[in-house]
Amino acid sequence: MSAILPPSNRLWWKQPIDKVEWAWIGIAFVWGMIMFVMMVYWHVFGKQNLSNEVYKTTPEMFAAKAEKFIAENTLRTETDLNGQQVPVVKIPPGGDGFLIARLWNWYPILELEKGQTYKIHLSSMDYLHGFSLQPVNINIEVIPGYEHVVRMTPTKSGTYAIVCNEYCGIGHHTMLGRIYVK
Amino acid sequence: MATTYRTCPSSGLQFENNAEKLMRWHAVAGVLWLLVGGITALLVILTRWPAIKLLPADEFYLILTAHGIDMIILWILHFEMAVLFFASSTLLRCRLATPKLAWLGFWLMVIGGIVCNVAIFQGGSSVMFTSYVPMQAAPHFYLGIILVAVGALIGTGIFFATLVVAKKDKTYQGSLPLVTFGAMTAAIIATFTILSGAAILIPTFFWSMGWIKEIDAQLYRMVWWGLGHSSQQINVAAHVSIWYLTAAVVFGAKPLSEKVSRFAFLLYILFLQLASAHHLLSDPGMSSEWKVLNTSYFMYFAVMASMIHGFTVPGAIEAAQRKKGYTNGLFEWLRKAPWGNPAFSGMFISLVGFGFLGGISGVVLGTEQINMLMHNTFYVPGHFHTTVVVGTTLAFMSITYILVPTLFRREMILPKLCQIQPYLYGISMSVLGLVMMGAGTLGVSRRHWDMAFSGAPFQYEWPGAAYLMMGLTGVFGVIAVVGGGLWILLVVGSLLFGKKLNGGKVSDKPTPIPLDTTAASATAHTDKDDHVAVPGTVVLALLLLVTFVLYYFVNWKYLSEVWLLS
Repeated sequence: MSAILPPSNRLWWKQPIDKVEWAWIGIAFVWGMIMFVMMVYWHVFGKQNLSNEVYKTTPEMFAAKAEKFIAENTLRTETDLNGQQVPVVKIPPGGDGFLIARLWNWYPILELEKGQTYKIHLSSMDYLHGFSLQPVNINIEVIPGYEHVVRMTPTKSGTYAIVCNEYCGIGHHTMLGRIYVK
Repeated sequence: MATTYRTCPSSGLQFENNAEKLMRWHAVAGVLWLLVGGITALLVILTRWPAIKLLPADEFYLILTAHGIDMIILWILHFEMAVLFFASSTLLRCRLATPKLAWLGFWLMVIGGIVCNVAIFQGGSSVMFTSYVPMQAAPHFYLGIILVAVGALIGTGIFFATLVVAKKDKTYQGSLPLVTFGAMTAAIIATFTILSGAAILIPTFFWSMGWIKEIDAQLYRMVWWGLGHSSQQINVAAHVSIWYLTAAVVFGAKPLSEKVSRFAFLLYILFLQLASAHHLLSDPGMSSEWKVLNTSYFMYFAVMASMIHGFTVPGAIEAAQRKKGYTNGLFEWLRKAPWGNPAFSGMFISLVGFGFLGGISGVVLGTEQINMLMHNTFYVPGHFHTTVVVGTTLAFMSITYILVPTLFRREMILPKLCQIQPYLYGISMSVLGLVMMGAGTLGVSRRHWDMAFSGAPFQYEWPGAAYLMMGLTGVFGVIAVVGGGLWILLVVGSLLFGKKLNGGKVSDKPTPIPLDTTAASATAHTDKDDHVAVPGTVVLALLLLVTFVLYYFVNWKYLSEVWLLS
């Protein structure tokens, strides 16, 4: 019962390591290195990397920028299932768009074009929220006080949902937003 | 110092009176929290099961908060205190240092646990286990956790002090046993973890009292995960130690190499805490360089450590079995293992489930870019139910089949049910983890009351497969709760009604670990005679590697198909 007794060989650190064990340690090490290289490789050659462009902000500052963006780019308004008027805002291709996360909605509705790249600014007005684009399944944490500029290029047209997947209180399950891709 | 030592006649383990009482009380407290955690688990499962949806939203979030705190903090920490006292006082056959202080630690943990639960069940603290700011809980929610942490820190300190006592009283010769060494790594990680917890929860408590104006939400996440993830590393170090312990007790297995196993434990201390970075991979506040460095260089050394243990534990069992003559083919040693002994079957399911499901999913989840496919989805709880539950909880459950007769001196009741329990619980929990991961792969959110988004301004319909996965989550979740409930029933039943066993000789002096155990195996001193090839383990390890590599690259393929991001 050696694992619960002191090592029988008092000079255990001098015992040679078996070849098979060395081989397994080597395999585990090499595999770790491959996984490390994959992440770096994807930063250079991959097409899906999370942006590092982030600014400190405040809810007031971010809301002001978002309202300006909405005022300048609104295409039309839509009546949602709760009877509220929600602006549908077209981001100019290659331009900046703003998405507000707050209790409990994503505001406004964004309209994008397939194959164009957009800089989407994400921030929260209150608690943490989770930007979960469905059914694409891209998930990004949205944190109050941080303005995250994510460059996105839609690859397929359609109607997409933004689910909130960071718990934000009793109305969490009603926090659903929308993105149109033409 | 007035204390007595009892030598258990069946196992030969020597229990010091103070340590024995503390271990029992901690184990019992842990089991009671597991009971609360299990009831809340059932309510969570029955609410997330789309066909049932039992609780209203507010109660669901309350119960989910309680489930997290009671399971991952209270059940596991209480049991780990018992493991620490066992690995020090019992295995080293010495007195427990400062028993009065140890009782203080115990009661702080009990009171803290109750205070925190009172806060949760009063309804104003449904902030989840993670309690991310700026969502605020009642002050006594944080205070309760802080009290538990202080109690656990005292217990950890007593573990270290007991190692000193054993050294000073010369109750053992040479180096610490491997299991004690593993427990020591758990205790070192625990110290780091609890200090991280203090660094974030004490300011958060002040903030909830209105003494601090604001806590940065990103900073909170970073420091909190120094507590949240590192505490899982305590669990890993503890349950790997228990795997070695079970292999030693059931098979008389020797580690293949003391050096390799200890080195792997050492890697946990050096690198595992930094793996907490993988909770922040889809956060705005950290750069890609920071994310890649922390999750690869650092985490992969810890992964390497787990892969080493995943090889050496079954390897030790295989070597022991082959020495007993089970040498036919690759797997006779495994086929002829005592599958009817719940201590072994539970430990082996824990090992396989932790490696194949928990380990692989954890590394994939912890890859910077792939994380965007899974962050905050149901994949995350799927992953940690295969690590913390199949890995840690099942290992703790299986060792209890050894502890009840030796520590509590009771025979287990209903031996047939005891045999079934690890299979029922281990397999259903493993499948539960898998289907949860399946739902997460399809995008389903964690911590979410309603897949149908009732009351939302828009509609979104999850794919039918997602509903199927959530239905299966319900079915296997209920079976797992039954398996866990059965364990509680068997353990509590045995403590109350099990046949009393002879406690063994009591003496007022410790009997040191005899030198002849060292001498006896010194006959096989030359390593050549001692060496046994372990081809079956090699095959199992390669199977793990192949699964790992395939699943890893499949996820890169998935990632390459989503919208372009830069």
